[in-house]
Amino acid sequence: MLSEVSSDEQRWGESSTARVLAPARVRKLAKVPFVELADGRLQGVVSSGSDIERVYVSSVAAGDHAFACSTNNNRPCGGARGSFCNHILALVGEAVLQYGGARVARYLKVDAGEGEPTAAQLSSAMRAARPSAVPGKELAAAVFSRFLRHLAYLELAPSTAPLPELHWFPPTRVAVA
Amino acid sequence: MRTDLLTEPVDGLTELLAVVDAFDRTLVNGLLRPQPAQAAALADLADALAAGPLAAGVAGAAEKAATGAAGEEHLMLLAAARGALLGAAHDALAAVVTAATGRTAGTHPAAAPAPAAPLNVLAAARSWLCDLARAGWQGIDHELVAGAAPVVSAMLPDPALRRLAVLLDGFAAELAASCPGAALERVPVRRWADLWARALLLTQPGALAEPPAVPVTGRLLPLGVDLQEHATAAQAQVHAVFEPADGGPSRLVRASVAVPKPDTVVGAGVWQLLRPQCALLAAAGEGRAMELTGMALTAAGDLHWQDELAVAGEPADPFATARVALAAAHAAVTPPLERHPARLAEPVFLVGYAVRPEDAVGPGAGADQEVGMHPENGVRFELAGHQLFVDTDRIPAAGPLTPAAVAASTACIGLLRWDAGRFVLQPLAVETTVKKKTVAVHAGGWAGGTADKLGVKAEKAATEAVAVLRERAGRLLRK
Repeated sequence: MLSEVSSDEQRWGESSTARVLAPARVRKLAKVPFVELADGRLQGVVSSGSDIERVYVSSVAAGDHAFACSTNNNRPCGGARGSFCNHILALVGEAVLQYGGARVARYLKVDAGEGEPTAAQLSSAMRAARPSAVPGKELAAAVFSRFLRHLAYLELAPSTAPLPELHWFPPTRVAVA
Repeated sequence: MRTDLLTEPVDGLTELLAVVDAFDRTLVNGLLRPQPAQAAALADLADALAAGPLAAGVAGAAEKAATGAAGEEHLMLLAAARGALLGAAHDALAAVVTAATGRTAGTHPAAAPAPAAPLNVLAAARSWLCDLARAGWQGIDHELVAGAAPVVSAMLPDPALRRLAVLLDGFAAELAASCPGAALERVPVRRWADLWARALLLTQPGALAEPPAVPVTGRLLPLGVDLQEHATAAQAQVHAVFEPADGGPSRLVRASVAVPKPDTVVGAGVWQLLRPQCALLAAAGEGRAMELTGMALTAAGDLHWQDELAVAGEPADPFATARVALAAAHAAVTPPLERHPARLAEPVFLVGYAVRPEDAVGPGAGADQEVGMHPENGVRFELAGHQLFVDTDRIPAAGPLTPAAVAASTACIGLLRWDAGRFVLQPLAVETTVKKKTVAVHAGGWAGGTADKLGVKAEKAATEAVAVLRERAGRLLRK
């Protein structure tokens, strides 16, 4: 068995089309239109439940799980003073839907045991370590501009000129762990 | 098809790939402070090119790199040297494919001049790629990887730079998810070296030149749809047989449509973005031919699709095309700079095979292992005692074709590819038996839309996702 495993590993290392990232899983975007694991944080944008013009920019850092939440107009979120607010909990929930619990746990360095932790398990594991709130102003500007950059992809026109480099990016049916 | 030829060793290929692998491993630690093993690998790369036109330049670049003093021009030469070796590997493997299919190969004319590209953004991309090579995959961190974002944003809107932008975007996303590199448990050594070297070569002015195209008129018979995608881009390529109206030999051609996308648009949502640009996706889904009038076709076999130059034609069953027209069609030729084993994608038709589990080894092995079959991990087709691995993981999820249908198939249209030391079949469509009737199932069956129950559900979810993003964009994006 051992040699079989290592030959699979070897083949992966020698493959031009080795799958590194799993595609995002389908999820409803209305509540949390943007989630990403980037710049050492889980970060994203959560739509306000009461004001259609307002969104919250929320984030949790990998490692120390320091968190921040404020509106796109730089008002701090009232719920995120001592611990995770509902926006951050929603963000964790949607991140687990999009990437799978294991990938989120690995990225945030949450020790949630083996397998695929649920959003609730992840959140409570992070809160148990009593993370601190950090000022969200600069962070919010950066994350919001990444969200706008993400939305701008919808504005880019399709093209019928061939892109040969996409031969390196086959689809995959399995979630890459 | 002569599948026996696909399993025979190719002269010199193992030795060539060993040189490539050794070079690729130098990028794991990076070229900032090379160790003796890295210096030896660089010297071997130079030796392998000693008889070629790049010899002097590569030897000098390898020496510089071995002392940790490689400049951009040196790294460019090393990438070119690696590309030349893999180009030779491509040619040897393409010759095997030609022999196995018995197809007539074409020849490639000189490329047309490249459109003028803005040099500053190419220089920025080159500089980022060279920093990556110095840091090595184990040295990447968020700050280094984030350097790609402004380059990609600047390039994406420019059609002339779309190829490089889409490559850098997909590559950087993988690197970002793998930070910090020091904690990486395993590294996709060949893949990242491929992406790095290709991107670096594409920053060279002139590298984005397109092969010359001539207008053609005739009948297009679709064979199947190949979908390719990463988080923020997707491309569908329709493979087809083109029959010129002037009675000339028929040719294997492709029509492509590609689009950048937000990473949350997946599955059926990808078809929805691509569909409006290319009526051929619907024609392929419905099993129709199309009549082309004066559409540009390159020597590489790429149609520059324009809906206004095509009209839907008679019904044309892809399996009838595969049985009757595929064998006689002339093969396309890969443009010189695109030669790489990963670029091989030759349409083939297979029938009369036995299906074996993926882990079966040797002729007849696994014949009694129906119980141990896991088609989602791939299967093997056995033909005349020779086995061909079938990559069922490549079948797009938003479509009617499934690994189980491939495992139960009696005939298959696929793309013959080569990866990680072996030929691999990518299924595009199969014939299988349902209630004693033969039915065809296509990977791209939902490309043009679908009435399938699962398909309709996927389409609805995708429509909603895009609607939410457009609403958010309309409200929040600065005009």
